[in-house]
Order: sequence, then structure tokens, then C-alpha cells
Amino acid sequence: MPASTDFLKKLRPSFPEQPKAENLSRAYLFNYRRLWTLAVLILLSVALLPLITITVVNYRMTEQAIESESHLRTAKLVANTHRAISYSLTQRRAALDFIIHDNPLQDLQDPARLAELLDNLNQSFGQGFVDIGIIGSDGQQRAYFGPYALENVDYHNESWFQHVQTQGMYISDVFLGFRQVPHLVIAIKRDCPDGGGYVLRASLGIGFFAELLAGLEITGQGDAFIINTEGVLQSPARYHGDVLEPIKLPIPRPADHTEVIAHTTEAGESLLIGYRFIENTPFILMIVKKKEDLLHHWYQTRVKLVLFLTASVMAIVLVIMGMVSFIVGRVSLADEKRLATLHQMEYANKMATIGRMAASVAHEINNPLAIIGEKAGLIKDLFTFKDAYADDPKLGRLVDSIIAAVKRAGRITKRLLTFARNLEAKIEKVNLTETIQEVLSFVERDAQHRNIQIETQIKPGLEALCMDRGKLQQVLLNIVSNAFAAMEQGGKLEIEAAPAAEGRFRLSIRDSGRGIAPEDLHRIFEPFYSTKKNQGGTGLGLSITYTLVQEMGGTIRVESQPGEGTCFILDLPFNPLSSCPEASPCASS
Amino acid sequence: MRILLVDDEVELVSALAERLELRGIEVAWASSGKDALALAESRDFDLAVLDVKMPGMGGLALKEQLAKRHPAMKFIFLTAYGSEQDFKCIASDIGAQCYLVKPVDIEELIAAIKTILGPGKEDK
Repeated sequence: MPASTDFLKKLRPSFPEQPKAENLSRAYLFNYRRLWTLAVLILLSVALLPLITITVVNYRMTEQAIESESHLRTAKLVANTHRAISYSLTQRRAALDFIIHDNPLQDLQDPARLAELLDNLNQSFGQGFVDIGIIGSDGQQRAYFGPYALENVDYHNESWFQHVQTQGMYISDVFLGFRQVPHLVIAIKRDCPDGGGYVLRASLGIGFFAELLAGLEITGQGDAFIINTEGVLQSPARYHGDVLEPIKLPIPRPADHTEVIAHTTEAGESLLIGYRFIENTPFILMIVKKKEDLLHHWYQTRVKLVLFLTASVMAIVLVIMGMVSFIVGRVSLADEKRLATLHQMEYANKMATIGRMAASVAHEINNPLAIIGEKAGLIKDLFTFKDAYADDPKLGRLVDSIIAAVKRAGRITKRLLTFARNLEAKIEKVNLTETIQEVLSFVERDAQHRNIQIETQIKPGLEALCMDRGKLQQVLLNIVSNAFAAMEQGGKLEIEAAPAAEGRFRLSIRDSGRGIAPEDLHRIFEPFYSTKKNQGGTGLGLSITYTLVQEMGGTIRVESQPGEGTCFILDLPFNPLSSCPEASPCASS
Repeated sequence: MRILLVDDEVELVSALAERLELRGIEVAWASSGKDALALAESRDFDLAVLDVKMPGMGGLALKEQLAKRHPAMKFIFLTAYGSEQDFKCIASDIGAQCYLVKPVDIEELIAAIKTILGPGKEDK
């Protein structure tokens, strides 16, 4: 499970929270989740819509082509079979026609001659003719040869006889007749010059149809059979019933050409039915094919096509999601860096402003302070050098306290000036102890008020370092301010410095404050991450500290136990003293 | 030894002059570069204590003028602005012997004067 979750995270990573909206004029640009969704949707629609459209269109076209091909093949088969059946029927009729015209009636009334003729017919056309007979114009069978006892049968009431009398020729559909065996009849009339006439009637077994249809190659569960116009089977069918049973398929509309129709059975089976009326007969040739058999190959191809499409779509989706995640991730990272840089510049500007203000205030105060100092000094001098005022020791003490106050104010203005100057980045000789004391002097008062104990321990070898004093000062000030913010009344701040590897030293600043929760610990150097947001924290102090330490080529890490305190451990490099720009020598009075 | 004290703050320069005089140092003071040049015309000074920032002629310009007329004259600068480090560079550039940041401690000033002029001068 973790592996799959990781994979999903890669596809849709969690982006950093967008910075506070009120700070940004176009906050929506920083909504990376929305950007991600939008990019994925647009890319997916651009990539997938054409693919799916083309595939669907292509699919439809191929399916139609294959279906029409099946229609065509069925139609061709129907047409060919029709030609064969029609031809054999025509041939048989023509043979009978020839017999009736070639043989005089006397010959035909001779059963021996009939037997001979039947034998000749069967030799010419294969076994098909069952019997043969001559019927007079009165409907009486005059002569008969065949396996059934049909001599002297009277046909004059039969409808076929009426038909042949008027039309001269008749082909019956399959029926049982007197013999109770399915057969069909071909009858041909010859008119006599005296106005009368007689009819030659031959019956054919339905094996004749079966023989013709058996040669057809029909795949799968296909079927070929003959029905009459009432929809009764005239030949046995493989799947649609036996002879003289009605079929369950629709009876086609009469047409003089081959037709192919699609039909769905009640069982939901899709069929392709090709049919053709056989001219001058009551027969309809029908070839039925199951669509499933016809489209078998197409179905296989279709499965492959769908699989291929699915695989393509999945690959596209994965690639797009991966790419978008990568790009949006980079954008969010770049934005974060840019914002952090902007804020750092803002911070640097702010510090520069504070520096200028501090210098200007120090300067403006220095002059009046100097006047007060000199005047007080003069008063004291007068006490000292002239005896007139020496009697009043109280006055002397007052002047001393004024001078002491002026000196204290002077120290403050000097410290402000030094602080302002140090804001400029400059590699120079740094006394670590002095720099730490300078920074601590800013929190001295606070420490006294809140009874916070400050201990510094600087190991030997760190008296003269060559490094960026301004950055070191800011880093120290940020960490010390943070430590003070975390401590209550009566806390303890310990600062330790010791030489580490060659050209580096280690500085640890430990407070006894409330500590940092483990879940916050790994994020405290992130820009805009603050646990003091409600108390006006910007979440930038430690991020800037981190950047400054990195700019100095050092590292910073933090250890903390909630309720026990926090320790920042810095590992900082310094240059050899020989490479440091020397300050000009002057009287060190 | 004779000292010329120049600062635009009259209150400051007069008090400082009086304090030096109380310590037996001969002092003349002026509150502008123009007055200081006039004073230097009439008398010789061993050393000048100049405020860097003054309206009109500043301490650095005044030093140029004074050094032209009295090549042997030494200089100490007073400043209320900038830091020690910054001023060290300026001071070495212009050949000042020393600088002091306001508010000035009188003992510091006297020590600086003695360092520059040497102990022998005092007896002269």
C-alpha cells in the first residue's frame, strides 16, 4: 500500500499552502492546486478528445464497412444459389416441355414409354424425378409410372390443374398430396389442334432442393433453405425447422432482386437474412446468417482496439499528470523562493532604514549631549579647581551623576552608530566576544526586567575572526530575540562558542523557553511558517536567519524539547585573519 | 602649547575651552571656520581641535586651509556622526592625528593632545 500511495503522491503532490491572500493582488496565481487541476483538465481534453473522436469515428466506419461487406457477401451467395436453383428448375421444366412436344400422345399413354422417359430424365438430371403421368383435359390420369398407385386419379378439382389449364405450365410448392410424402410437381400442358389438350405431370422429391443447398458453404450457425410465399419450409433447414413447418422469421416482401435485411429474433439474436424470389415458382430462397459468426473477426479486433485505446488513454493520463505535477511543483518552488527573496529584500531595506534612523538619532542627540556633558564637566572642574564651591559635597555628587548619565547616553548612541554601520555586509575582523556582547546589550534591559540569566562561554581561539560582522550580528540578534520571546520570567540563556574544524567554529544558543513541538520542528526554517502568527510574527525571522547562515557558508540546526527549551546550533566558517582588511592604526585613547 | 578649538556649538566649544584652560592649557576658540582662520592669522597654534560637521566651512575644509598656512600644525577631529571605524579611514586619508566621537571625555581629549604633541611640548 505505501508504494501505491507514494505513486499517487507523485502524480498529484500536495503543494504548499498559498500565501495569505490579503497580501497578494493576484492570489489565484498562487493556488497551485487549482493550477494543477486546470492544467491537467486542459491538457487531457486537448490530448484525449481528438484521440477518442478519431477512434470512435474510425470504429463506426470500420464496423459499417464490415457490415456492408457481410451484406454483400450474403447477397452474392443468395444470388449464386438462386441462379443454380432457378436454372435446375428451368432445365427440368424445359426437359418436360421437350418430352411433351416430342412424343405423340399414344406413346405417352404407354406406361412402358413413361418408365423409359422417367429413367432417361433421372439419368440426365440425377435422381430427382419420382414419377411421371399423363392427364387428360378432363383431369383424369390417363397413364402413370411411379412408385405410387395413382393410376386413374382424378385431378380435375385440384387447383394446380385449373392453373395449368389456364397458364400452360405449373410448378407447385411442396405438399403431401395423395401419397402423403412431401414433393413438388411440374406440370406442362400441350394444346391439341382440336381444342382439347393433355398435361404432362412429373413430381420431384424434395431431396432435389437439399442437394442443391447442401453444397453451400455457410459459416457457423448459418442456414440456407427454401420457403414458399406463405412462409412454409419447402426444404429441410438446419436450424429453422423441417419441411412444411412454418418458419419463425418474417416473410419477405416480394421483390425481383436479391435483398438482405437485418433482423433480431425474439431471443435477441441478430441475424442477416438474404432472400430471393425464384421467378415463375412459389419459392423463396433464404440464406440466414448469424451476425455474430459474420463479425467474429471484427469482434476480436474490436477487443484489441478497445484495449489499445484504454492503454493509450491511461499512458496519456499518467504522463500528463506526472508532467503537470513536475512543472507546477517547480513553479510553486520558484514562487516560494521569489517571495522569500522579496521578503528578505524588504527585511534588508527595513534594517537599512532602521540603521539610517539610528545613526541620525544618535547624531542629533550627540550634540546636545556633548553640551550637557561639557557644561557639567566645567561645573565639576570649577568645583575642583576653585575652592569657592568645594564646601558643598552635594553639588559635586549631583554633577557626577549628570556626567555619569551623559556617559551612559553616549554609550547608547555609540552602540546605535556601531549597529547601523554593521548592517552593511563587509568582511572584517570580528571579536566574537564583543559581537555577542553588542547583541546582548540590546536585550540587557529586558533580561533584567524578566530576571533572565545570561551565560556566555567563549572558548579561546575565537578572539579575532575574519567574517561578515553584520550578518553574524543579525543572525545572533534573531536567535536571541526568538529565545527571549520563548522564555518566561526567570529563564536562562546560554551562549557557547568553541572552535570546530579548521577555519570553523561552533556556536550554540540554548534557552529554557517553551520549546518547539516535534511537528513544527522540521518546518521552522520555512518562509511564512510561524507559531507566533497570532502574536504578530511574520514567519520570516528564522527563514532569514537560515538564509544569512547559508550566505556565510555555515549550517544551522535546531534541537528542542517542548517545555524544556530550544537549542540552535550554528557551524560557521571564518577566513584566515591575514586575508582581512586591516583597520588604519590610530590613537587608541 | 597653544590649542585652537573650533565647533559651531558655541556652548560646547566655550565650555570645553574653559575646562582646558583650567588645566593650564592655552586655548583660543571659534564657532566657525571663518573666525578660526582669522584667529590663526594673528597667532600660531600647535594643534587644532576641529568639529567635522559645521555650517559653511566644515572641519575637513578648514583643516586644508590651516595646514597651508601652518604646515606644522597638528589636528584632532571631533565628530557626532558616523562610527569610529568609518572615521578611522577618513582620518588617515586627511592626515588627522586623531579623532574623537562626541560626547568627548575631557581626560580623553587631554590624553590625545599629549600623545600628539609629545610630553616635551607642555613644558615649553
